Amino acid sequence: MSRNRRLKLQIFRLAVFVLLGAFFLIPIGAMFEFSTRGVTEDAPRTLNAWLTIAQTPDLVAAILASLGLAVLTSLGMLVLLVPTMIWVRLRLPHLSRVIEFLCLLPLTIPAIVLVAGLAPIYLWMNLNISDSILTLAFVYLVLVLPYAYRALYTGLAAIDVKTLAEAARSLGASWITVMMRVIVPNMPVAILNACLLSVAVVLGEFTIANLLNYVNLQVAIALAGRANATVSIAVAVASLLFAFILLVILSFFGRPRARVAPDAPGLPYPGAAGGGMR
Amino acid sequence: MTVIERPLVETVRRPLGGGRRLAMPQWIAAAPFFLYVGIFLLLPTAIVVSGAFIDSAGLSLANFATMNQRFVINAFLNSVLLSATSAIIGAVFGALLAYAVATGNPNGAFRRLVSSACGVLAQFGGVTLAFAFIATIGGAGFITLWLQQHGMNIYANGVWLYQLRGLVLVYIYFQIPLMVLVFLPALDGIRPQWREATESLGGGTWHYWRYVAGPLLAPAFLGGTLLLFANAFSAYATAAALVNQGSIIASLLIANTLTSEVGLANPGIASAFALVMVVIVAVVMVLYTLLQQRTARWLQ
Repeated sequence: MSRNRRLKLQIFRLAVFVLLGAFFLIPIGAMFEFSTRGVTEDAPRTLNAWLTIAQTPDLVAAILASLGLAVLTSLGMLVLLVPTMIWVRLRLPHLSRVIEFLCLLPLTIPAIVLVAGLAPIYLWMNLNISDSILTLAFVYLVLVLPYAYRALYTGLAAIDVKTLAEAARSLGASWITVMMRVIVPNMPVAILNACLLSVAVVLGEFTIANLLNYVNLQVAIALAGRANATVSIAVAVASLLFAFILLVILSFFGRPRARVAPDAPGLPYPGAAGGGMR
Repeated sequence: MTVIERPLVETVRRPLGGGRRLAMPQWIAAAPFFLYVGIFLLLPTAIVVSGAFIDSAGLSLANFATMNQRFVINAFLNSVLLSATSAIIGAVFGALLAYAVATGNPNGAFRRLVSSACGVLAQFGGVTLAFAFIATIGGAGFITLWLQQHGMNIYANGVWLYQLRGLVLVYIYFQIPLMVLVFLPALDGIRPQWREATESLGGGTWHYWRYVAGPLLAPAFLGGTLLLFANAFSAYATAAALVNQGSIIASLLIANTLTSEVGLANPGIASAFALVMVVIVAVVMVLYTLLQQRTARWLQ
């Protein structure tokens, strides 16, 4: 490469990084700035808005509800997906395409469409089972399927499931033992990834909760925004920071291995259509 | 010589029922998964599809007749406009950023940082994103106030943040990182040798981009743009947090038809709108998958 062209390339790279860096960082910085404003224009910086979060019962309730939903969804996801994926890999390989299709389907069905069909189902559930906000975990499990599936798929592809299972079975292990004590301990990173992604999706969900009239974290932030913009922006920053931390942990654990074991071709990228986060 | 009582090798006792075939068919273990997905994914979809064709008089196409109204057409056109604009701008800037990343050290910490950040920001959206922009360029936003102190007013012609133009700007925030994520692998597939080959044949930068890199990257770029379009078209939360009333785009229209506070809620019509949306998204996603497969052919 000639020196002239290398210089031009470096100038181009610098310009792109500075411009787009500003575009991405300024709004986040502005949120911090906004959340520390005083009451009047000349008032000194204050952390009052942040301290008010804990004293607002509605917000605390919504935060607890969302955390509960995150835990329930992650557990449900593990219980539903892990045994099924292992079993399909070992015994029902002809079903693997069907499972993959169903798990990735929520990416192509926008959350706003899903909610139109969920309304009657939740109406029935509210009348006959429970109207607790925690029932949202049922549909959140569907929302996290694509992300969890991909994480677990990568984990399963990296180990020799068949040999492990045959070895354990020939030593007399039951299928439960094979799954819980042989295969699962061999994919801790994949399980951690699947859980973190599920938590991130659940904490960010707004569409379905809002339209089914439940107040989860995001809905509470939106409602609080109408009463007190500073406080709601403080909560938004807090929830954002939390999601950031989760996803940064994730990117440090998960990505390198994902490069070694590439995904099956033709998988749409997660975060495409569905998710309900935007 | 005495007979050895114990066997030479101790083996584990044959497990109870271990060697027998299971009495139940093998697919039974996968049944809970299918049942669950059936109830919470396929059933709602079926309700939307069937609901679109049913009104008070039974089976009919009356719900789709509502599509002919001015505000419905406008909402869908606005959605297409918003998605196309934000997809094209997002794709161009995303591709530039991806190129700037790809030309750096492939194992460097900076690249890792940028791709991690893109992974996070591509998921960023909804209420938090809307608030970030309100805090930045809203009426009392950081940039707005700063510019006002310097005698500039970005809202001289009215506040546009809460309109379609504002939505385009906000959507670009999650579109660019998504484009980086889908376009970077394609750029990584480009070999420096191809450029050297072009040069040894007497071609310049223009020839390289026009006849070599351009045609190779075109399917990936187009595919990425389509993915971004679907991404924006189905988005709801960001718009809902930013726009308080009215149904300026299709997803807001569906939501308002579903849960109208003035008693005009109509699940049948909402289902019809939702069906139209899902069909558009599905067509775009199928095209994306086809282009993605074309890209994958020379990438490997």
